[in-house]
Amino acid sequence: MTAMAQTKMQTDPNPAIVSLKGISKTFSNGTVALNNMSLDIRQGEFVSLLGPSGCGKSTALRIITGLTGPSTGRVDWPQETASATEHELSFVFQEPTLMPWATVFANVWLPLRLKGISQRQAHDSVMEALEMVGLAEFSKSYPRELSGGMKMRVSIARALVTKPKLLLMDEPFAALDEITRFKLNNDLLHLWETFGWTVVFVTHSVFESVYLSDRIVVMAARPGRVVNDMAIDAPYPRDESFRTSTVYSGFCREVSQALHAAMDAGDDM
Amino acid sequence: MTVALTGKAAPAGDTYAAPLDAAPLDAEELKRVRAARVESVGRWVVPLVILVLSIWLWDRICVWNEIPHYILPRPGLVFETLLTDWPILSVALLNTLKITFGALFIATAGGLGLAVLFTQSKWIEISFFPFAVILQVTPIIAIAPLILIYVDSLSASLLICAWIVAFFPILSNTVLGLNSADHNLRNLFQLYGASRWQTLRYLRLPAAMPYFLGGLKIAGGLSLIGAIVAEFVAGSAGSGSGLANQILEASYRLNMPRMFAALLMISVTGILIFLTMNLLSHLLLRKWHESALKREL
Repeated sequence: MTAMAQTKMQTDPNPAIVSLKGISKTFSNGTVALNNMSLDIRQGEFVSLLGPSGCGKSTALRIITGLTGPSTGRVDWPQETASATEHELSFVFQEPTLMPWATVFANVWLPLRLKGISQRQAHDSVMEALEMVGLAEFSKSYPRELSGGMKMRVSIARALVTKPKLLLMDEPFAALDEITRFKLNNDLLHLWETFGWTVVFVTHSVFESVYLSDRIVVMAARPGRVVNDMAIDAPYPRDESFRTSTVYSGFCREVSQALHAAMDAGDDM
Repeated sequence: MTVALTGKAAPAGDTYAAPLDAAPLDAEELKRVRAARVESVGRWVVPLVILVLSIWLWDRICVWNEIPHYILPRPGLVFETLLTDWPILSVALLNTLKITFGALFIATAGGLGLAVLFTQSKWIEISFFPFAVILQVTPIIAIAPLILIYVDSLSASLLICAWIVAFFPILSNTVLGLNSADHNLRNLFQLYGASRWQTLRYLRLPAAMPYFLGGLKIAGGLSLIGAIVAEFVAGSAGSGSGLANQILEASYRLNMPRMFAALLMISVTGILIFLTMNLLSHLLLRKWHESALKREL
């Protein structure tokens, strides 16, 4: 780490938790998924990556997790020591991605189990995570017995059980109906306000991103790149009255225009 | 009554009438409930009736055509022989069962172990899979004489023959199952820094379970077939002889009733193995796998 970055860390009241520096990703079939993307995610932020499909927002997320390596550029974790092999992050997929053969409890226990924590030791943490998403009484159920929204909650509980600093979500509510999605939006915001982790949320919905985030990164496709970085200066807690307010619709219009500008720019290329 | 409230025709005093707090059943719903009950009983009764009728027809054909018992024995005589020859036949059954279950056990352990090995290393799979295929596609009846010559112990050679037939379905099914674990779940395991062993134990083996059980069902039947075929080829009589030897020996003496009795025992053994495997599969999968779940209509 350079001396300059260290000074920045000390002076910045809201230091970056992860920063992407000049990330490009070209797939083996020649598709340029990301082109020279730089982005600082600061601690405590709720950042949405918003863009049309093919803009590389999911790829960016996977590069942060380390599941995919960038073709060029690098991912820095300024707050972690060089020896840290695993970052304190969790990932929520678009699908609930639960193990069908395991109970809700065992599914949420999994991240801890993989770290060698026994069922007894993990019990309180698992139940606490299930409590957060309101599914404590379903701990003995199997995933197939739950509705789509409940499965997603289990998936979120599994992500929360390790108490991560950074929560990455890849269109987690895209497959759910609107009523369930609104409910889960509210729950997620509530948890975020309570526990203050950092969230990176990938979505293609302008309305969802404005409702949730305090910062929206608009991306364009072909090649995938960042075209706009917008702050949503509306106070939390946000609730249903925010969803129907003029402030909200104003932001939605603004973000929508930015997104269309990005898509038009992409078509010209 | 709730049923009456629906205003539709419901037979008085119907046993399927809904309790007061449940939603009222209308005539169509009642019809469906009744059809379901008829089906659940018929599922058992119909095949049994057909079976009994066939046996009766067999008996009648023998009588009507005056077929002598050394050509086609009547079912009653077969059953009688089963009882009178039980001391000989039960020993033979025991010998056959020993080979069958021994082979099934080795095939299960070997098939499962090889499958795990194959999925852990691409090179092991590339190197050894052809051998598995060669063993599978070469008819056992053609290899059996060689094995009988090379292997001293009779029961060991029988075991090898039955094993060769039974292990391939377990191997190929389990390999397929181990490779079919959900990709996002694999990513998740990688993300949480799961070791190779943890991924195998908590993800790939459970995901392979339905496939493995499918293989086991096939292997159960095949190990019996393998054991019988090997006994036929060995053709030996004496202390280690099984049901196939009884059939061979009886055929030399034109002892048709005993041949049928031995055949009956082989069939029943096969059916019991099949039912056991089904039960095992059901018990292991009923909580989560689509195949074991009842569809709600």
